Amino acid sequence: MAGEFGNPEIVEEEVDILIIGGGMGACGAAYEIRPWLDQAKAEGVDLTVKLVDKAAVDRSGAVAQGLSAINTYLGEQDPADYARMVSNDLMGITRDDLTYDLGRHVDDSVHLFEEWGLPVWKQPGDEGKPLVEGGKPVRSGQWRIMINGESYKRIVAEAATTALGVERIQEHVFIVKLVNDKNDQHRIAGAVGFSVREDKVFVYKCKACLLVAGGCANIFRPRSVGEGAGRTWYPVWNAGSTYAMAAEAGAELTMMESRFVPICFKDGYGPVDAWFLLFKAKAINAFSEAYMDTNKALLADFPPYGQTKVPPSCLRNHLMLKEMREGRSPIYMDTVTALGKLAETMTPKETKQLEAEAWEDLLDMCIGQAGVWAGENIEPQKKNSELMPTEPYLLGSHSGCCGIWASGPEDLGAPTSEEHPEADKIPAHLPEGWNWGYRGMTTVQGLFTAADGVGASGHKFSSGSHAEGRIAAKAMVKFCIDNKDHRPELDATVEDLVEAIYTPVRNFLGHKDATTAIDVNPNYITPKMLQFRLEKIMDEYVAGVSTLYQTNAHMMGVAELKLEMLKEDAEKMRAKDLHELLRAWENHHRVLCAEAHLKHSQFREESRYPGFFYRMDYNFVDEENWKCFVNSIYDKETKIWTCFRRAHVDLVDKSKLFK
Amino acid sequence: MPTFVRTDQCDGCKGQDKVSCVYICPHDLMKLDKDGSDTGWAMKAFNQEPEQCWECYACVKSCPQQAIECRHYADVVPMGGSVQPLRGTDSIAWTVTFRNGTSKRFGFPIRTTPEGSIDPYGHKPAADISKIGEPGVFTLGGVQKPGDASELIRK
Repeated sequence: MAGEFGNPEIVEEEVDILIIGGGMGACGAAYEIRPWLDQAKAEGVDLTVKLVDKAAVDRSGAVAQGLSAINTYLGEQDPADYARMVSNDLMGITRDDLTYDLGRHVDDSVHLFEEWGLPVWKQPGDEGKPLVEGGKPVRSGQWRIMINGESYKRIVAEAATTALGVERIQEHVFIVKLVNDKNDQHRIAGAVGFSVREDKVFVYKCKACLLVAGGCANIFRPRSVGEGAGRTWYPVWNAGSTYAMAAEAGAELTMMESRFVPICFKDGYGPVDAWFLLFKAKAINAFSEAYMDTNKALLADFPPYGQTKVPPSCLRNHLMLKEMREGRSPIYMDTVTALGKLAETMTPKETKQLEAEAWEDLLDMCIGQAGVWAGENIEPQKKNSELMPTEPYLLGSHSGCCGIWASGPEDLGAPTSEEHPEADKIPAHLPEGWNWGYRGMTTVQGLFTAADGVGASGHKFSSGSHAEGRIAAKAMVKFCIDNKDHRPELDATVEDLVEAIYTPVRNFLGHKDATTAIDVNPNYITPKMLQFRLEKIMDEYVAGVSTLYQTNAHMMGVAELKLEMLKEDAEKMRAKDLHELLRAWENHHRVLCAEAHLKHSQFREESRYPGFFYRMDYNFVDEENWKCFVNSIYDKETKIWTCFRRAHVDLVDKSKLFK
Repeated sequence: MPTFVRTDQCDGCKGQDKVSCVYICPHDLMKLDKDGSDTGWAMKAFNQEPEQCWECYACVKSCPQQAIECRHYADVVPMGGSVQPLRGTDSIAWTVTFRNGTSKRFGFPIRTTPEGSIDPYGHKPAADISKIGEPGVFTLGGVQKPGDASELIRK
C-alpha cells in the first residue's frame, strides 16, 4: 500500500551493519568495509550492509561544498607530534590513543583521494608526482596541504558508492532514533527514520551501527538572523543528530562542554587559515595594531598551553576579544599589506596567479564570502576585509573535541582501569579503561562512531574523518563475526516507533483547522519558531555572541529552566509536510545537544577554553581540579543527565612542545 | 543567502530520471512545484526555505539548464554583485561580478581523472582476515606509520 501524509507506509529491513550518515566518515567506512566483507564471507559469515543518508552522498556532510585544503596530512612527521599538537590546541584534554591512532593512518586516505582524482598542489619540480611516491605538497601550515577541492566530496563519494554498490545505499532517508535491544538495554538493535520524499517510515534492525551524522550547528543564535540565517560556518544541515541519538541510546558522551568558535571573515564566514598561513597576512585592529603581537603577554596567563609556537585556537580568539571588549573594532585581515608584500618579488603573471589563489580559497569552500566581497566591492589586494568570531558550534573533528566516548587501540599503553579519585561516581555499567574490545565502539554494545562522533580527540578534519570511518568499519565486521548468532530485537513496537516519529504530523493534522493563520495556533509550534527560541536561550544565557561568550552559574540556571520548558514544547512541534518533519526532528536533536552542552558547562567549574567560553564565576584554567574529562550519560526515560569525571593521562610526552 | 531559479530557463528536468536540484540539495531546500500551486509556475523548481540556504551552490553547479543563480543575502549584502560558476567534468569556471560593474574570471581544475572512472580496489591487496583485530587498514596490511616507539611513555 502506498503511504499518504499522516499514514505512512512502513518499510522494515534487517541488516547486519547499518551506517547512518553520508559524509567523510561514512564514505571511509563504505570504502574500507567491502574487502573485509569479502573475507568474512570466505570464512562463512555473509554480512549485509546498508548506508542511509538524509541527503545525496555526492554532496552531503561537511565537505559537500568542497574544500581548499586537507588539514591533516602528516607526511614525514611522527604520529606522536600530531597527538601533541591536537592536545595543546584543545588545552591539554584529549585522548592520545585516539589521536595517535588517527595520525598513523590518515595519510593513506589522502593518498587514495589523490589516486581517485583529487588535484593536490605540489612544490615546483614535483608537479604530477603523487604524494605516495614522495611528491612534495604545498603546505600551508605544519599539517595542512593545499588542493583544488571543488569536487572533493564528489570524488570521495564516487569511490564510496562504487565500492559499496548503489543497492546498499539509501538516500533521502533521515534516521532520527536508535533503538536499543529488548534483551539488553546497553546494546543497539536498530534505528528508525523517514523518507523526506515519500510517505514512508523505515525501521532497520542491525547488529552493528556506525553513527556518523555530523556535528552541530544552529543551537546558538547566528549573527545573521534574516535571509542570511543559513550562512552558518559549519553546515546548517549538521543538526547534532550524532550526539543526540547516541545520548538517547545511552552512550557515554565526553567533553560536551567543548565548543568551537572560528574566527572568520565577517558575514560570509569565509576561511582565514590560508590568509594567515599561506599568504602570511596579519589581523589588525581599527588602529592598524597587530593584536597577536600587542596582546601576546596574555598568553602567559594560561601555562603551559599558551607557550607553544602556535598558540591554541581559543587563546588566539582570547587575544582578539580583548580588542573587541575594549572598543578597538573593527578587526581586519590586512590582505592589502600581505598581497602587496608577496607581489614585490613577483612577475605580473605570478601576481595574477596569487590573486586567483586568494579567490579560489573562497570559491572552493565558502562561495558565500565571495558573494559578500562582490557585493561590497572588496578586492583583497585593494581593500582589507573584516574579521569576526562566529556563534559557537559543537563538533569533534575540528578545533573542538565534544562527542562520544569511544573505544581506542590497545597497543599504545592506554589506561585499562579508571584512575580518577572520583571513579566511584561513574555509573557501574560503564567500562573502566580506554579500550573495550572493538575500536570505535561506544559504551553501547554494537554502536560505533567516527569523525565528528568521536569525542576527546579533534583535529581530524576531512581526511581524518575518512580514516576514522575506515577504522570503525573494520572493527564492525569483527564485531559481527564475533556475534554472528546474535539476533537483535527492538525494545519498542514498530507501531509505537512510527507514532513517535509522526507526532509532529499528528499535531498539525489534528489542530490545523482551529485557526485561520496556519502558523499561529495555540496547539502547536512551528519547527522554525522552536529553533529561534532555542537559539535565543543559548545565545543570551549560555555564552553566545551577545554576551561575548560569557556566562555564570546563575545564567546557566535560568537557561536550564527555560530549556526544560522548551523540551516539553518540542513535543508540540508541527509538521505540515515532510520537509517540516525533517526540520522538526533536526530540532529535537539540537535541543538535546544544547542540553548536553549546558549540563557539561555547569559541571566543569573553570574556563578551560578562554576565547571560546568564559564562566565568569570561575574565570581561570584550573589544572589541579579540572585537567580531566567530563563525561555524561542520559536516561531517555527519566530525561536526567549524569555528569562525572574521568582521569586524563598522557600517552606521549607533552613537555617537548615547550622546549 | 539564497539561490533562485530563472523562470525562463528551468524546465523542471522534464525527461530526466530526477530533478537535479531537488535531488542534490543537502538541506532539502529545492522543491518542484508540480502544479504551480506554490509559486504560480508549474513544473519549475524553487527554493522553499531561502533563509536556510548555506549557499553551497550544489544546485547551481548541477542544474543542466544553468537556470539557478544566487542573489546574496538581502539582510547583509549590498545588491548588484554575483558569483556564477560553470562546472565541467575536469574544471570549473567562475565569473565574479562586483556591485560596481567590474568583473573577474577564474578557472580551476576540479579533477584529474574522468568522472565515473574510479576503480576503488584496483591494484589493492585483499583484506587479511587474520589481522582484523589489529590496528591498520586493508590497503596497508598493518599500520602505515609505526612511529617512534620511545614517544609512547606509558607503553
